[in-house]
Amino acid sequence: MAALSKANILKSNNLTGWLLAAPLALVLALFLILPICLIVVVSFWQATEFSIIPAFSFENYEFLFGSSVTYTVFLNTFKYAAITWAITLVIGFTIAYYLAFHIRSQTWQTVFFLLCTVPFWTSNIIRMISWIPFLGRNGIANSALLSWGVIDEPLEWLLFSDFAVILAFVHLYTLFMVVPIFNTMMRIDRSLLEAANDAGATGFQTLTNVIIPLCKPGIMIGSIFVLTLVMGDFITVRLMSGSQSANVGRLISNDIALLQYPSASATAVILLITVLLMISALLRLVDIRKEL
Amino acid sequence: MRSGHDLELVHVTKRYAGGAVAVDNVSHLFAAGSYICLLGPSGCGKSSTLRMIAGHETVTDGAILLSGKDISALPPAKRGTAMMFQNYALFPHLSVLDNVAFSLKMKGVDAASRHASAGKMLELVDMSAFAARLPAQLSGGQQQRVALARALITGPQVLLLDEPLSALDPFLRIRMRAELKKLQRELGISFIHVTHGQDEALALADEIVVMNAAQIEQAGPAREVFNAPKTEFVARFMGGHNVLSLPRGRFAIRADAVRLDAEGHEAVVTSVEYQGAHVALNARAAGDQDVLALIPEAIFFADPKSPGDAIRLAWDEKLLHPLNA
Repeated sequence: MAALSKANILKSNNLTGWLLAAPLALVLALFLILPICLIVVVSFWQATEFSIIPAFSFENYEFLFGSSVTYTVFLNTFKYAAITWAITLVIGFTIAYYLAFHIRSQTWQTVFFLLCTVPFWTSNIIRMISWIPFLGRNGIANSALLSWGVIDEPLEWLLFSDFAVILAFVHLYTLFMVVPIFNTMMRIDRSLLEAANDAGATGFQTLTNVIIPLCKPGIMIGSIFVLTLVMGDFITVRLMSGSQSANVGRLISNDIALLQYPSASATAVILLITVLLMISALLRLVDIRKEL
Repeated sequence: MRSGHDLELVHVTKRYAGGAVAVDNVSHLFAAGSYICLLGPSGCGKSSTLRMIAGHETVTDGAILLSGKDISALPPAKRGTAMMFQNYALFPHLSVLDNVAFSLKMKGVDAASRHASAGKMLELVDMSAFAARLPAQLSGGQQQRVALARALITGPQVLLLDEPLSALDPFLRIRMRAELKKLQRELGISFIHVTHGQDEALALADEIVVMNAAQIEQAGPAREVFNAPKTEFVARFMGGHNVLSLPRGRFAIRADAVRLDAEGHEAVVTSVEYQGAHVALNARAAGDQDVLALIPEAIFFADPKSPGDAIRLAWDEKLLHPLNA
């Protein structure tokens, strides 16, 4: 009798577990797994200018890998990702360091942290567009530099250039670097810094020997955020380069605009695989599981 | 007493930004090569004193001298002191060997020779077998030994220990304190050990410095502090003492000097506690004074008492010890 009721409890626990997991599993299956599967399926279809033909053909992939444009665009995307990553890492680490170790009171930490999030109160697009009057040929930056006598004629590379694209990326995504790094920094036991000081470490030695190694998980999480966001972006590059540069996202969005869904899907699949490979390589470097 | 290698505090004051005074005009000479315990309740200023000696707190006023040199403005690593932290503060990302070798790495010593020195230090604390482990893979006692080795590798004249035994369980605590004492004797350097446990201080210290309310209340050899407390605070904090208000003034008397005697002062038993070798008998005497008597258990059980019983307590007048106000 006792054994029977115990078995019942076990069974019902099992059932509760499944029920608890079901809503999320359902949402993920419906809105993540299924669309990805559809994209993969469509990437093997064929298309002409006027019609899309269900098929199983490697035509799209053959075209993709056969075209030098693909390689240029992928290379360009990697370039944006690498430069943005490096700049956001340096800025993000510095801000997080300042917040975590130089601001002593928790109130001010919170205040400064909220200050960092202010740009997020408006949409991405508005934040990007607001750079245009600032950086333009007759914009605030150029007229200020001209009136100070730093330059004789307006700088052409400020807007609609790689510089503008990367500036916008850094502006948009630095906070994604700050938050996880700040988080790991706040978990560093302050007595470790005293112990380093006691052992004769200079401020810089403490940074390189204690703080940076202990921040690795945060740096890794921030890097994943920034890299995936930049790799998948299409609107920033279009707006800030004035349609003069391309990245993979724009390749896909152009295909979609031309109703070339199979070709867009094939590019998307390749992009997805590339990003997944990048993330798995990063995860090999640092075990972030203990951080979550 | 002075030997030229002593540590001396000269009118040292620590005032925090908010105006709170943690250490108030303290002067004291710590003899070289001795085991000193800074003893006191929490908030008495003992940790601030230690951290000022270590260089992790600035000295608001006064000077700290080591071997006759003012070290109060030097960085921690240049003082000739080393600190062992309360939670050991081992670097979680470094192996035991690298933790111990850390200060040598900071000095720029090459990997081979710093690992060799660190290996010797680990031998000293009997941790060679664990050199490759990470701190998280060690028990509390093992972590403490690593922290000890890491502090000692800098070759300090004075080792500062901030409540080193508080994170350990009682059995390990007693074993580790024996090891600390042994190590101090072998190395011949000064250990300054902050604690709030009087039994720990009595067991370890050549000299006990009792602190209260930002000042040194009494300092001296362990036996002297225990047997001749100068103030009521010391008598109560060291434990095992009664503080009696008599017409002639206030006196301390050791609880084990109070005995049951038909000729003594009248009192009523309030509680009885069997402690093995002794029975602790709490009684209320005239004038609502609580008196603790530690009575050898054989004597007590020859004529047992229960709470509520009327008894008479007596003591040798010679053993009464006058207290300063």
